[in-house]
Amino acid sequence: MGAKRHFRVWRGDETGGDLQDYQVEVNEGEVVLDIIHRLQATETPDLACRWNCKAGKCGSCSMEINGMPRLGCMTRMSTFEESETVTVTPLRTFPVIRDLVTDVNFNYQKARETPAFAPPEDLAPGEYRMQQVDVERSQEFRKCIECFLCQNVCHVVRDHEENKKAFSGPRYFIRAAELDMHPLDAKTDRKDYAQASMGLGYCNITKCCTEVCPEHITITDNAIIPMKERVVDRRYDPIVWLGRKIFRRDQLSEGDGLGMSGLPQADGHGAEHKSGVNWHREVPAPQVAPVGDDGKLPISEITFDRAGGPSPFGDDVTFPLPPEGLNYAHPDRDK
Amino acid sequence: MTTTATKPGGARARAAIAAKTLRTDNWRLAPLITVVGLGGWVAYATVRVFMHDFYWVEDYHYLTPFYSPCITDRCVTDAAHFGTYLPGWWVIPEASFTLPFLLLFRLTCYYYRKAYYRSFWASPPACAVPDGHKTYSGETRFPLIFQNAHRYAFYAAGIISIINTYDAIVAFRSPDGFGFGLGNVILVLNVVMLWAYTLSCHSCRHIAGGRLKHFSKHPVRYRFWTFVSKLNVRHMQLAWITLGTLALTDFYIMAVSAGWFGDLRFIN
Ligand code: SF4
Ligand code: SF4
Ligand code: FES
Repeated sequence: MGAKRHFRVWRGDETGGDLQDYQVEVNEGEVVLDIIHRLQATETPDLACRWNCKAGKCGSCSMEINGMPRLGCMTRMSTFEESETVTVTPLRTFPVIRDLVTDVNFNYQKARETPAFAPPEDLAPGEYRMQQVDVERSQEFRKCIECFLCQNVCHVVRDHEENKKAFSGPRYFIRAAELDMHPLDAKTDRKDYAQASMGLGYCNITKCCTEVCPEHITITDNAIIPMKERVVDRRYDPIVWLGRKIFRRDQLSEGDGLGMSGLPQADGHGAEHKSGVNWHREVPAPQVAPVGDDGKLPISEITFDRAGGPSPFGDDVTFPLPPEGLNYAHPDRDK
Repeated sequence: MTTTATKPGGARARAAIAAKTLRTDNWRLAPLITVVGLGGWVAYATVRVFMHDFYWVEDYHYLTPFYSPCITDRCVTDAAHFGTYLPGWWVIPEASFTLPFLLLFRLTCYYYRKAYYRSFWASPPACAVPDGHKTYSGETRFPLIFQNAHRYAFYAAGIISIINTYDAIVAFRSPDGFGFGLGNVILVLNVVMLWAYTLSCHSCRHIAGGRLKHFSKHPVRYRFWTFVSKLNVRHMQLAWITLGTLALTDFYIMAVSAGWFGDLRFIN
């Protein structure tokens, strides 16, 4: 049995909260997430915390440990002194749901705005051929586990909530760089998009994103700075600039890039165009899951009237969900 | 269907954490070292640039990088390799053609930007420590949008490195023909480090090959990019090392020129 150590954990929700003190047992080889689990198992069964893999690969357990954004499952207790108080708080940049769980929706919105991979049109799937040296740079960025620690630490949005609209954040800059460097991506306006619509210029390359990335992606040096240089090629190079002025090709004004993201164009949901997301829209309710009298899904096909495993979401729900049923509004259509 | 615990609505509240930062490590140390280091260096360089003396060792043809190329009327004739174009007024540094570009190169350098944004401008002072400013627009507006001109400062710095190399080669002389001493070792070391710093520049990495989409189609540029990338990883170290070698070179030449100590000669 290990020694008891002092923990402070932020408890609360959007209406407020504070740091609470706990004495928890710590054993050899444990990580901070283990301690959170021990708290749940003992003193505070209602402590909310997100986690999945406990192997640093799902990116769920992002939290702030002694003020630094980290993965709970990758922060060993042995890195702290025996007598040290360990303070655990939720990510600061995103709205809190409860205790250590925050609403990271901001990131998913920015993900959807980022234009998708666009291979050349005359290339059929299966015909993709590329050389390793050409994809190597992009591959580094594929290591991202979407823990959003970089999004959380970035002072552009962490300390300036008002920048959230204009700024996509480091995780999406690596996405932009990944695609712009991709040998088979045929989209040519990614640089303009990054500058005009993702807010690349807000980044002042202070490298905190690189410092916290648990996958050790060199976000700033390998993605953001190369993207900034590519933008310079297009927008700040005096020779290019002059050429554009002379040949009147300078049509890329601010905000023009929005709508390049290749999202399905808005159809009948007129209300969304003006007022953003209509959170109260009636989405047809799915069938209830086929639970038995005990309120549980049948344990196997033998005790069930259909072949195959039942869906806990109801049998009429298919994935991916049809876009009309999602509460999402493109920022350009918010205006 | 699963229900979510959240009620989507307008802007919702972040966790109410009273402390501005909960970092327990000594996060003030790094910005402090930067302030002291950069501040000290700038002070030394300013004093030296406006000293207008002790920049040239006649016997061995040592010229300090702070006065190269020497282009004002004050310059010793032998030191003015490229002629003199400017009046010898005290506010005009001897190296008026190069110093502004070198300053610009280092000011817009991606590493120095990080260093001074953090330490001098507190934006942010350290990771997960609040920004010291109410509003923030990054490098999207005047004047910081001009940071994007780093590439042009890099071109200038490349030319200046060639001049410094010339100075270091010319210095292999003594009153009677070829010769070299400790001063030469220092000058050459300085030039090598200056080249390493200049070539490790992020803009250089981009120009060398970073801007390409298909490395496989440009094998030579790919190799150059690989080389620059290796240097680029050390850009921060090189930035500090060159500040050190520049100050050391200048100090050594000042000392020899002022006669505080003689040059240690190996040959002649
Ligand atoms: S380097 Fe840029 S994107 Fe990364 S944390 Fe700093 S400001 Fe944000
Ligand atoms: S880039 Fe790194 S820090 Fe950012 S979300 Fe991906 S894995 Fe996390
Ligand atoms: S639980 Fe999956 S990354 Fe920590």
